[in-house]
Amino acid sequence: MAKPTRITNSIRALRFASGEMTQADLAQRIGVTRQTIIAIEQGRYSPSLEIAFQIAQVFRVPLDAVFQYPGDGDGKR
Amino acid sequence: MSYEEKGTWVYLVTSAGAYAVYLVIIIGRMLSTPVGQVPYVAVLLWATGASIVASIVGRTLVETARPTESRRTDVRDREIYRFGEYASRWFIVAGAGAALFMAMARWDYFWIANVIYLGFVLWAVVGSAVKLVAYRRGLQLRHG
Repeated sequence: MAKPTRITNSIRALRFASGEMTQADLAQRIGVTRQTIIAIEQGRYSPSLEIAFQIAQVFRVPLDAVFQYPGDGDGKR
Repeated sequence: MSYEEKGTWVYLVTSAGAYAVYLVIIIGRMLSTPVGQVPYVAVLLWATGASIVASIVGRTLVETARPTESRRTDVRDREIYRFGEYASRWFIVAGAGAALFMAMARWDYFWIANVIYLGFVLWAVVGSAVKLVAYRRGLQLRHG
């Protein structure tokens, strides 16, 4: 039923690079539950574009520094 | 486990449990009474009411025993809820469709009421199961 997403993310690394921000802190800043942050980090949930941008804004990085999609730049679609 | 996920577990258990008790009572009566005369209405109403009350009480008890850090519902909870309802809606349609044809064919009220009740139970149980799988294994909605 749930096809694994091909989207990967660097949220865990970005959290640690941001003063070891906790999942609860990040969740509170973007208005979701901690379980949702866990699901996003583990690739079990693909967030909406709006939440994706909110996460990037929290870390003050571009969107593609947070989320990556395999095939970028190698001709795959 | 989020507040909504716990609530979904409680709803699944209470819905299935109430129907199991209903079946045991009704099948017991069917063994000694002709189907058309089986008194099922009161049991069905009690099972439905008990399921609702048990769901509310169960959720309160679960939260008391293992409190959730936040009772807030977020976008993921709402998406999973909609996904579960979307996936299980066919049981309501099937139950209503079957009841329609049974009524036109003049089946006994007992069977018509029970096929509708079964449709509601399957809607609740399958919908809850789909939501729990989405919570555990992930939800990847396909857009377009």
